[in-house]
Amino acid sequence: MKYSYYPGCTASTTAVEYGLSTEAVCEALGIELIELDDWNCCGATSGHALSHELATALPGRNVAIAQAAGLDMAIPCPACYQRCLIADQRFREDEDWRAEMEELLGFEYTGRARPRSLLEVIGCNLALEDIAARVKKPLAGLKPVSYYGCVLVRPPELTGWDDPEHPVIMDRLLQAMGAEPVSWSYIVDCCGASLTLNRSDVVVLLVNKLVQAAKDAGADSIVSACGMCQINLDTRQKGHHMPIFYFTELLGLALDLPGTDNWFKRHAIDPRPLLRSVGLA
Amino acid sequence: MSKAKNPKLKEQMSNVKRETSNVKRETSSVQYPISNIQYPTSSFALEVQRRSGENVFRCYYCQKCTVGCPTAFAMDYQPAQVLKMIQLGLREPLLKSSAPWLCVGCEACGTRCPNEIRLAPVMDTLKYMALEAGYTPPETTVYALHRAFLDSIKFFGRVHETTMLVEYVLRSRDIFSIVRSNIDVGVTLLLKRKIPILPERVKALGQVKELYKRAGR
Repeated sequence: MKYSYYPGCTASTTAVEYGLSTEAVCEALGIELIELDDWNCCGATSGHALSHELATALPGRNVAIAQAAGLDMAIPCPACYQRCLIADQRFREDEDWRAEMEELLGFEYTGRARPRSLLEVIGCNLALEDIAARVKKPLAGLKPVSYYGCVLVRPPELTGWDDPEHPVIMDRLLQAMGAEPVSWSYIVDCCGASLTLNRSDVVVLLVNKLVQAAKDAGADSIVSACGMCQINLDTRQKGHHMPIFYFTELLGLALDLPGTDNWFKRHAIDPRPLLRSVGLA
Repeated sequence: MSKAKNPKLKEQMSNVKRETSNVKRETSSVQYPISNIQYPTSSFALEVQRRSGENVFRCYYCQKCTVGCPTAFAMDYQPAQVLKMIQLGLREPLLKSSAPWLCVGCEACGTRCPNEIRLAPVMDTLKYMALEAGYTPPETTVYALHRAFLDSIKFFGRVHETTMLVEYVLRSRDIFSIVRSNIDVGVTLLLKRKIPILPERVKALGQVKELYKRAGR
């Protein structure tokens, strides 16, 4: 299985452990990731906040680069993923814009390279039985909550691979790893990450509400599929010491891949004491 | 004039009856001739509708958007109020409002709206219109970060956190409180080596700059 890989800006910086674990896990599962040549930032929240044009033109350039390879795009960051979906939709529906972009960037839009989220690539395109069969270190005793955050399954007209209100893929993936995911009511509630630096007062309230809710549900950790959510929950919670994992990190741990320590030591809240307490580290 | 005494309306209604009786259950939507009546509408509402691509007139104020909005508590007008105010054409208070700037674009409202109105593009449209009309965004720090973020992409093609943060702090009016509320997170990220010293650059930066030029930035 081959994908064009769009890591996004955070995969080498604030979410470096997400980038590292994504590459390790995909290699172990036989998913070949070919990094998009010369990709740029998607503009994220600031792009669509200030400019209707940049909101689609910036991610549009990445969708354009992916067309030549003709492979679906695997995108770990939900913000990048959503912006690429919206740009891809505009390529399909706005012929004038498509022609203008094709001329400027020197490509032809074929629609063969669809943006896909990494969780979709691993959780939907692989058989969960196959993943379970490869697990060498079942995560028994770990009781996480799955946390999708906001835009991973929204807007549902464009995502469509999991339920927008009660998504299940991540829970099933965690079960395949041998963990015991706990259900809770905040699985698709936004953590406010795009306001984390500029209205931290608002974000501290949101983050601590989420972490408290996970605790109340009986969870020992939160599992994220987003570089923005993870760092926001990891650094803005107060007095909870709730570890925030990337799903790829837990998958790497369950597959017993080397180098998991290098991921976990980059967390603000070290998850290794928890893993030791359930005999996993 | 009562319904029964209006022969034209009576004829229209009997047409509807005839048409609907032929319609099978799965295609039950019928264009009622009487819905062709034109109502006077605010030009502001029409502009928001045209630019956002969302039919703001469908809102019947169930407030599901407000209830699901993570940041509604910090807004001066809640999301459902924003929609109602658009319908009423209350341009100036909306363009001065903090609500569009506190919208995080999480799409909870649009996903849950029974009338399929996506509020995120509506909130974006209000931000564009506020800036075009020359209003200073009431959320100065939010606006400062957006500008620093987009400048960083214009300069490198990718976001470079270190220089972006410096620009953000310089642009925001309240340097002291920004540093105070972020210093612990900043130190943690530095210690965890998550803030890069050197930027990553896009090779074809000319293309990115051209996209900015065409977007008028």
